[in-house]
Amino acid sequence: MSDPTIYAQHIRIWYGTPAGPVRAVDDVSFSIQNGEILGLVGESGSGKSTIGRGLLGLLPPGSVMDGELAFKGEDLLALDQKERFKRRGRDLAMIFQEPLTRLNPLMRVSEHFTETLRTHFPKISDAEVEKRSLDVLQVIGIPPSRWKAYPHEFSGGMRQRIMIALALVLRPAFVVADEPTTALDVLVEAQIIRILRDLAEQFDTALLLITHNLGIIAEACDRVAVMYAGKIVEIGDARDVFSDPQHPYTQELLRSTITLTTDGLHSIPGAPPDLIDPPSGCHFHPRCPKAMAHCAVAEPPVRNKRGGKPEPGTTDVACWINQLADVPEDARGPLERGEISVADEA
Amino acid sequence: MSAGSLPRYVLQRVLLVIPMMFILLTVVFVLLRVAPGDPISASLGGKLTEEAINARREMLGLNRPFIVQYLEYLGNTATLNFGETITDNHAILDIIRDNGGATLTLTIGAFIIALGVGIPLGRIAARGRDKARDVVIRVFGIISYATPIFFVGLLMQLYIARPTGLPTSGIASPRIMHAVNQNAITHVILVDSVIQGNWAAVGDVLVHHILPCLTLGMMICGVFIRMVRVNLLQTLQSDYVEAARARGIHESRVVRKHAFRNALVPVVTIVGLQAAMTLGGAVLTESTFNWPGLGTQLMHYIQARDYMGVQGIVTFFALVVAAISVIVDVVNALIDPRVRFE
Repeated sequence: MSDPTIYAQHIRIWYGTPAGPVRAVDDVSFSIQNGEILGLVGESGSGKSTIGRGLLGLLPPGSVMDGELAFKGEDLLALDQKERFKRRGRDLAMIFQEPLTRLNPLMRVSEHFTETLRTHFPKISDAEVEKRSLDVLQVIGIPPSRWKAYPHEFSGGMRQRIMIALALVLRPAFVVADEPTTALDVLVEAQIIRILRDLAEQFDTALLLITHNLGIIAEACDRVAVMYAGKIVEIGDARDVFSDPQHPYTQELLRSTITLTTDGLHSIPGAPPDLIDPPSGCHFHPRCPKAMAHCAVAEPPVRNKRGGKPEPGTTDVACWINQLADVPEDARGPLERGEISVADEA
Repeated sequence: MSAGSLPRYVLQRVLLVIPMMFILLTVVFVLLRVAPGDPISASLGGKLTEEAINARREMLGLNRPFIVQYLEYLGNTATLNFGETITDNHAILDIIRDNGGATLTLTIGAFIIALGVGIPLGRIAARGRDKARDVVIRVFGIISYATPIFFVGLLMQLYIARPTGLPTSGIASPRIMHAVNQNAITHVILVDSVIQGNWAAVGDVLVHHILPCLTLGMMICGVFIRMVRVNLLQTLQSDYVEAARARGIHESRVVRKHAFRNALVPVVTIVGLQAAMTLGGAVLTESTFNWPGLGTQLMHYIQARDYMGVQGIVTFFALVVAAISVIVDVVNALIDPRVRFE
C-alpha cells in the first residue's frame, strides 16, 4: 500500500498558559488514506480542533507540537518554517467553523481567489485564475454572476461553500474540515456534507472531518476517532464503532444523542477534566460508569478491541475493560469514589 | 447591486446633515444668548452713551424677539451669510477668507504629521505586542494626547526652536507675508506663494509651519496610535486572517492586505471625529504660536465679548465639522462595502 495521505503518530500539543502548560493533545495517532474521510468527534475542549490546526501548522504562538507527522511519506515536522508554509493551502487545506467571519469583508470573492491562486502559482494569468475559480464555484453551486460580489452579499451557507471552493481551487490532497456545518441550518448542512463526500470520492482527497455531531459522522465518514481529554479513546470503522461501541465514553456519547424515540435526555455526569492537571490513570475514570480500581491508577494503552496489537482495519480502543488480562486481579473491582457534586456537573 | 447604492448612500448622508446642522446652530445660538448681558452692552458698554447703544441694538435687530432673531440666524446661515462683528464691523466672511487659509494649512499639516507618525507607530506597537517598543509607543501615545497644547508648544519653543532657530511666531516673515498678500488670490498664503512662483516665500511659509503643525499633530497622533494598535491587534486575531494563513498566503501579505487594511477602516471614522477636536486644538495652537488663523480671531472676539464675531466663527466651524463628517462617511463607504448597505 502506498503511503497514507496523513500519517500522524504520537502527536502531542501543549499550549502555554499563565496557569501552566495545557496538554491539549496527548499522544494521538491516526492515519488517513486518499479518498478517506476520518471523523473526529468529542466534546468541546477535547482537543479535536487543536489537532486540525496542528496538522496545518496553524497553532497559536506559545504552543508546542511534537511527534511524527508525515504527508504522503514526507516528514512535515522536519521541514523548515518556509517549506511548511508552502504546503499550506496547496497540499493541506482547512475549512473552518464560522463561515460568516472567515472571508475578508473588504475583499471581493474574485480577489480572494486571485490572491490564493497567485500565492501558489505566481505566473498564472487573470483569465486562468477566473476559469479555475469559476469551475470550482460552479461545482459547488455558486453562479459565475457572483464572481465580483462581496462576502456580505452571501448567506452563511453560500459563504461556507465559497470557503470550500477557496480550499479546493488549489486541489489539496488533504483537507481539515473543522466543524464546517455547526453554524449552518440542517438543510445547508446536508448540502455541505454531500459536497465534502463528493470531494473525497471524485478527487481522492483525504478528509479529516471534525465535529461534535454524531449524525454527520454516521452520514459522511468512513472511519471515526473519538476523542476525550486530548486522547483518542476509540478509533475504527464508523459503522463498526457505532453499532458496537467499545469504550464507555463512546457508549455514553451515543446514548446522549437525541432521536424521535428519546424520552428524557441522557448526559454524562461531570465535566471534561482540567487539562493543566489531568486526572491520573485513564482521563475518563472520574466520569466513567464502568470504572475499575485500576483505571484511576494506570493509563490504558491503545489495543484492538480484543486486547491485541492495533492493526490496520481493526477498531482500536484505549480501555482496561478490553484488556482485562493486563489488569491485576485485585484491581478489577468497581472504583470507589465520592459522589459527583452538583457543582462539578455544572 | 453595489453600483446604484453608493450615490443613494451619499444622498442619505447629506440629508442627515440637515438635522445635525439644525441642532448645532440652535446650540450655538442659545449658548450665546443665555450668557449674561447682551451683545451690545457687553462689547461696547461704557464706551458709548445709552442712546448710542440703543441705536446700535436697533440697527442690529437685537431688540426684536429671540424667535425672530433665531429664524433670521438660521436663514442667514443657510445662505452662508454669517453677519458682521459688532466691535469692528468686519464681515465674518471676510475674516474667514483672510484667516481661514492659515487654519486650513495648519490643520492639514497637523493631520499629515499625526497620520504619518501615528499609523506606523500603532502598527509597530501592535506587531510587537507587550514588547518594550509597544510599551514605549503606548506611553508616548498617552502622553502626547494628554499634554496640554500650550505646554507642548512651550516645550517646542524652548527645546526645538532655540537650538534649531525654527520660527515660533506667525505664518511667514512679515516682509514676505506683506509681499505675498498684496496679490492674494486664494488667501491661503502657501498656495498664493506657489502661484506667484515665489519659492523663497514658499520655503519661509513651510518653515513657519513646522513647529505649530508638530504641536497640533502630536496631540492628534496619540489617538491614531491607540486606534491603529487596538484595531490591528483585533484584526490580526480575526477569523479571516487565520483563514488566509491557512490558504498559505504569505505572512507579510496577510498583515498588509488582510489585517492592516481592515484595521484602518475605523481609523477613518476617527479622523472625522478628530476634526472637531483638531479645530479646538487649532485655536490653542494658534494662540500659542501667534498664528494668523481663525482660532486667533475667535480668541480675539471672545476677549472683546463680540457675540456676533464669536457666533459667526463658531457657526462656520460647525459647518466645517458637519462637512467633514459627511466626507468621512463617504470615504468609509468607498473603502468598506458593508457600510453602504446599513
